Amino acid sequence: MTMQFNDETFRGDYTFHNSPEAIRRFPFPFDRDSYAYSVNIEQHPGGPAGSPFEFAFDVDEHYVAEMNDRAITLADDPMRCQSLPHMELAGWDLLELIMVSKARDYPELFSLSRDGTSWHWINKPLGIEQRFTFLDATTLPCGPLEYITRQAQGDFALLHEREGNLWLDAGMITSQADWSLDFDVGMNFFEWHAPVPKARKMGVFDKALKFLLAVTQEQSYRRLNWTMTVNPRLDTSPENYHKWGPEKRTITPENVGAKQFLRVELQTFWRLPRSNALAFPIRCYLCSLEDLASQPKWARRLHRVLRDIDPDLAEYKGFAVNQEMIVKYLAQFDDGAETSPGIFPD
Amino acid sequence: MKKLVVKVTEVEALSPLVKRFRFEDPKGAALPVFSGGAHITVEMPEGETIRRNSYSLISDPYDGSAYEIAVRREDMGRGGSRYMHTRVQVGDEITISAPANLFQLDLRARKHILIAGGIGITPFLSQLRQLDMEQKPFELHYAARSRAEAAGLKLLPEAAHIHVHISEEGARMDLGAILDGQPLGTHVYTCGPDGLIKAVADQAARLGWPKTAVHSEAFIAPPPGEPFEVVVRSSGQTITVKADQSLLEALEAAKVEIDYSCRGGACGRCQTHVTACDGRIEHNDHWLSEDERAEQKTIMPCMSRFKGARLELDL
Amino acid sequence: MPKTVFSPSIDSRPTYPGLVSQGAVPGIMVADDAGAAALIDLATSDASVMDRAHVLLIGGAETTATRLGNLTPKALHSAPDLEAAAPLFDSLLLDARMGTQLYLAGSEGLIGFATARATAAGLPLDAIQSEHRGPIGRRMKCVHCKGITEDVLTDPFTCSHCGLTLFVRDHFSRRLGVFQGVCVDAETPGDIPETVEIRA
Repeated sequence: MTMQFNDETFRGDYTFHNSPEAIRRFPFPFDRDSYAYSVNIEQHPGGPAGSPFEFAFDVDEHYVAEMNDRAITLADDPMRCQSLPHMELAGWDLLELIMVSKARDYPELFSLSRDGTSWHWINKPLGIEQRFTFLDATTLPCGPLEYITRQAQGDFALLHEREGNLWLDAGMITSQADWSLDFDVGMNFFEWHAPVPKARKMGVFDKALKFLLAVTQEQSYRRLNWTMTVNPRLDTSPENYHKWGPEKRTITPENVGAKQFLRVELQTFWRLPRSNALAFPIRCYLCSLEDLASQPKWARRLHRVLRDIDPDLAEYKGFAVNQEMIVKYLAQFDDGAETSPGIFPD
Repeated sequence: MKKLVVKVTEVEALSPLVKRFRFEDPKGAALPVFSGGAHITVEMPEGETIRRNSYSLISDPYDGSAYEIAVRREDMGRGGSRYMHTRVQVGDEITISAPANLFQLDLRARKHILIAGGIGITPFLSQLRQLDMEQKPFELHYAARSRAEAAGLKLLPEAAHIHVHISEEGARMDLGAILDGQPLGTHVYTCGPDGLIKAVADQAARLGWPKTAVHSEAFIAPPPGEPFEVVVRSSGQTITVKADQSLLEALEAAKVEIDYSCRGGACGRCQTHVTACDGRIEHNDHWLSEDERAEQKTIMPCMSRFKGARLELDL
Repeated sequence: MPKTVFSPSIDSRPTYPGLVSQGAVPGIMVADDAGAAALIDLATSDASVMDRAHVLLIGGAETTATRLGNLTPKALHSAPDLEAAAPLFDSLLLDARMGTQLYLAGSEGLIGFATARATAAGLPLDAIQSEHRGPIGRRMKCVHCKGITEDVLTDPFTCSHCGLTLFVRDHFSRRLGVFQGVCVDAETPGDIPETVEIRA
């Protein structure tokens, strides 16, 4: 099977779209008709063939367009990718992990040949061919973290372990929800998450840190997180908040189905071998309400979840101002029928 | 924790008490590379019990062709090291865990000082290679009683910044001289007997070193002791912990679900809540604080034992 | 002016527990005019703390310099502002040995600036002591244009570089030594809340 890549944009005219197949494989995050914060961790990779959980790093029809969007963001603000000096080794670990995984899982798209430290990488969708020496950054056009994450969908945080804590010491962050890598780089796990309301009091991050510290090599995990975004925009950064913020107030009952997107983060956790750092890839999937409604189970369930959600969570996730319109729109698809267990469509 | 089956390809006596073991993938595939200071857990099945001891990897961390460990025979121990010395032969297949690291280098450091006592040299052997490859300034100090006992000598390269202190020859390690006057941003790492770890920590504190620049690993196997009984709260089941068994091993043998990693009282993974304690917990770990020990409300089953009438665990 | 007591806040917001003498060991002390009083209190508690200490006075009055000189530190240096003091501070850090103690006293801007440089030089945070004295003005970094506005006393405030109206977050970067300012009317341009004075 040869993958077709969409010609689409994530800003300006927002021509982003999901094919019917992309909709069916969308990682819908709700496995029941209500939502409460939970850790919901599973082993990764692993899942039904064709699902975004099947492979270590999912490649889909948005790959080329997402990489173009990242390049635009980086050209405007190169500090979206940073690596403190001691994190270069972790960057190489991540480069190896992604190259090996993609060449194994998508042999028609990527290839990697290795002869000792002489590596030869081919990325067909992006038209890249690179010979380089592994662990020698002078043989790449940029640092290993930036090099590989310009070719991998999703944001990437690299966490350094010391003093019983994890430190956000490197990352490629161009599609984040309201946090700035340039500001937060160098922070420990609690400092980095400090602005999240209530979570410390709930002990959420103590538990999360404990879990992350216990992640070992060769044993990776995933969880889904979600929020809502107006327009299919990847760069919802605080840096550009004054530019995209007004779009949040453009939702009307007429356009809510097309303009309001459910934004799902597929977060995975990997212990890297040489650096003992943790890699935390955060892959973003977008789906409009009207596309979600093409799956009756999802439409019913999303209606119930968003109708009954804790108002504080709606505020935190940033859709409280549009919640009434969203729920009203989704109500037309909810006939009150029971929904089947699990996240996959019927 | 991911497990790997490997084949023993070399066994060599490094000293009368220490043997080196080399493990390779049975089909010659590459093993996962690792970071300096990492360890693996080796499974040693004996009857109903699977004993698991953790050993530091001493081979090149970036070389996946083989793993090597060095094991000191402890005749007073539970039998894990004796098993390795007497039962494990070239050609055997054994089960190990993937590498994990509780003693990693802080790669931000301007300089690294490594201080080893006796068999405590092992984690530094892989760290030395990583420091060489990362081209970081370091010095290593290795203290042993006698040359015959200094198993690490065979594994250490000759280099100006590697110093061997043999106490029998009068070359005792002077911690004050080692730690004094080091540049800002230096980190010190100690592995060896508790006495050495404490001596380095005390000396560093006297010289005003910040605690976060002082690292240590006391990798010890669980000590044997008197047999005792433990009650599992969820099932009411009573389990006997034999003299040469750790509490963790006894729970595993009884098929009680319990998480673990280092099995040396250092990582905190097996920490278990105590729901009833009529007696005294013998805390042998490096994880719990003095206050936590005194409270007797939590126990590290990988290392600690119990004396008294009743111990009930929240499992 | 006594030591400032700050209200409880989020985990990234630094606290400044106050200076405690570590004795007659090598030390680097950085203070502004208000912070000098904390150094004087420190020397009063233990005069020997000055024996091996380099003192950097930032923008201090002549009389303050004289009072610090009377404590007979190993050396006393004066600089008009943080930027001017930076090369000397960096060179003291570069030459320093493990065990050197760092004492910082004065504004949040000074403490943040010096902490950031010292940790970059390899000094762990647990070797840095700090005490807040004087005005509670904050050093704010605009998340949009990255410009830094010094001594911010109101919330919201106007970024002195890009002119956006920013609200004052408690979120603080120790690496940069700054608080974060974020556009307050991003979603509804022109809808700006009433300006209030920030509190400690």
